Amino acid sequence: MSEKDWPLWEVFVRSRRGLSHGHVGSLHAPDALMALRNARDVYTRRQEGVSIWVVPASAITASSPDEKDEFFDPAGDKIYRHPTFYEIPEGVEHL
Amino acid sequence: MNTDLYTYALRLGDDALVAAQRMGEWIAAAPQLEEDVALGNIGLDQLGQARSLLAYAAEVEGAGHTEDDLAYFRDEREFTNLLICERPNGDFAVTIARLLYFAGYQHLLYDALRSSSDATLAGVAGKAVKEVAYHFDHATQWVLRLGDGTEESHARMQAGLDAMWPYTAEMLASDDLVRRLAAAGVAVDPSTFADEWHARVGDVVDASTCTRPEASYQHSGGRDGKHTEAMGYLLAELQHVARSHPGATW
Repeated sequence: MSEKDWPLWEVFVRSRRGLSHGHVGSLHAPDALMALRNARDVYTRRQEGVSIWVVPASAITASSPDEKDEFFDPAGDKIYRHPTFYEIPEGVEHL
Repeated sequence: MNTDLYTYALRLGDDALVAAQRMGEWIAAAPQLEEDVALGNIGLDQLGQARSLLAYAAEVEGAGHTEDDLAYFRDEREFTNLLICERPNGDFAVTIARLLYFAGYQHLLYDALRSSSDATLAGVAGKAVKEVAYHFDHATQWVLRLGDGTEESHARMQAGLDAMWPYTAEMLASDDLVRRLAAAGVAVDPSTFADEWHARVGDVVDASTCTRPEASYQHSGGRDGKHTEAMGYLLAELQHVARSHPGATW
């Protein structure tokens, strides 16, 4: 059993009810069921979560650093797209 | 002092302590970093159970001892753990076989002990039952994968299951002390769940395509302080810092 035989998995943890799953890291595991268990041990041992997703890293299509300029720069000077022109009512969390 | 209760808490505490010590040996030596953390977590769960049970034993004893006194300053013959807990780790499959057998036993034990008339034992069992259910599941996952894996992993899993089998009857055995305490509603007699244990473990072994180990000579003596040759080395490692520097703090 060599290390390169085990595929890489990306781990997403939902920290509380009502929040969405957030990416916390990655790990190696032989299959999805073991990946879920490994994620439980590696990423939620200090009560960080109530739900876990694992996704094969190979299933993720990522944007390329080479495309950074055309992907992200055009949004930089359009402050009217940012929701900063009204006040958030008190007591609203996670908006 | 309630000698029966003291002895019973000590037995369960010693099982957990010695099992935790063996699990700790895998830290930085497991097949994968992820498994390192998993086995370390399991060991820490067992250590937590040991602390609660040994602290309770010390309280029942009423001689002013602490959990640390019981863990670090008793000699081999005073330890009453099951032999299966002290056997050397062997390869990964041997350790997983032990975990399957032992966690399966602990799960049935703690599950029943939750309704003990002794509030402390019931409390410890209530917390630990969820931990050992996970330990049994972790062992199950590996037995299935190694047993139904390659020719090499299958042979090693079968060898692991066979190697630990001669220490299983002791886990499920009854004796006068347990029967007395069980009659009083305090303890759980393991012989009452032996059939259930054989069914659960047997199902996992069958599903893994391994063969159920054949009936063989069964070792015992742990409850009387008669241990295997592995125990002295284990205790030397467990106790030497505390004995070399008595009372040291950090």
